[in-house]
Amino acid sequence: MQKIEEMEIQSSSDVVLVRQAVRQFAIELGFGLVDQTKIVTAASELARNTLDYGGGGTVTLETLQNGGRRGLRLTFEDQGPGIPDIELALKDGFTSGGGLGMGLGGAKRLANEFEIESVVGEGTRIIIVRWK
Amino acid sequence: MADLGNTVVWTDEGKCPMEMTHSSKIPEILKTHEAELLSEWNQELVATNTRKGLIKEAELQVECREFLKLLRIAAQSGNLSNIQASEWREVREMLTSISRSRSHKGFTPTETATFIFSFKRPLFDRLRQLLHDPTEIGDEIWQATDLLDRLGLMAVEAYQKSREEVILRQQEEMMELSTPVVKLWDGILALPIIGTLDSARTQVVMESLLQKIVETGSEVAIIDITGVPTVDTLTAQHLLKTVTAARLMGADCIISGIRPQIAQTIVYLGIDLTDVTTKATLADAFLMALKRKGTTITRK
Repeated sequence: MQKIEEMEIQSSSDVVLVRQAVRQFAIELGFGLVDQTKIVTAASELARNTLDYGGGGTVTLETLQNGGRRGLRLTFEDQGPGIPDIELALKDGFTSGGGLGMGLGGAKRLANEFEIESVVGEGTRIIIVRWK
Repeated sequence: MADLGNTVVWTDEGKCPMEMTHSSKIPEILKTHEAELLSEWNQELVATNTRKGLIKEAELQVECREFLKLLRIAAQSGNLSNIQASEWREVREMLTSISRSRSHKGFTPTETATFIFSFKRPLFDRLRQLLHDPTEIGDEIWQATDLLDRLGLMAVEAYQKSREEVILRQQEEMMELSTPVVKLWDGILALPIIGTLDSARTQVVMESLLQKIVETGSEVAIIDITGVPTVDTLTAQHLLKTVTAARLMGADCIISGIRPQIAQTIVYLGIDLTDVTTKATLADAFLMALKRKGTTITRK
């Protein structure tokens, strides 16, 4: 049965809650410890980006079933300033804030599927999927 | 406040204190019928008080008497709609202190607000008995209910605030408690981190570590992250900052407690920890630190 949950990301304590919810979903899907840690870490990066760069937003957690495969899809959305140059933003070491500049690229590497849409002045949507 | 007749005076809060209130009979009723109001209010409170163990009846009576007195004095000003005004200061202070003590004693918000709301029936009864014109009764009841609602809400707000203060204090205590720096050996410190390493935590961790390095003159500090559930780029950045700061103080850091899943995640994230010595367990890190100091452990 598919399970969907939407959560607000408005403060750094929300980031912690997102991590916990993602971990819970991953455990229920029967993810191994490594897969759990990967998706939780990716969620942590993206949730913090939503908060720090997007000015807050939401995340939707969805369980997926594709034949025998089970997965977890996370959709991060914000109505922030958007990303002018996505390729640059994905480059390791690039940061417009004060971070390490590894978060977005790292999240992409930690997920099996990664999709990013961003319109300057309108917002950003990032979708990641991790399959079991 | 002087009676300004038809002139409308807007206060800082944007409310109009003089509207409708100049003709109210409530101040007069509070003054002349204080004793009856008090006893009826008391009965009302005792009847609704389901938590007899939490507060003594005598204490409740004293609170009621004192509160009613302050209410009467404040009401004599004629201002019944703006309880933020200076003439209501003493009422506000007393109400705040009552709410705080209710919160500490374990009352619910409803029970706290009932302290105020239960005054409605005695006051309304009085208004109905003493006034005869239905429109006037309606107006007066409206004013009374408006005033008591505001006071009730204020009581709940004060209650809420005192709860939030408790949470805040606990958070601070937890932060202090959860970052102990322990001396493992002469010149070797350990810092077990448990929980989420956010910016505020890092600040506390860094401060206590650097302080302890100075105090003990330690050369090696082991930061153990076994209890950190998620290591993302922000956590890594905070760790690296702490390591760099310790290095500036002349101490080398070893990061221990890196579990297999964390190691894999760090690799995928692309975080460069090559400048930092890392070990899987605190025991390994401790052995390494001892070796650096030229100490060896032998079994007898």
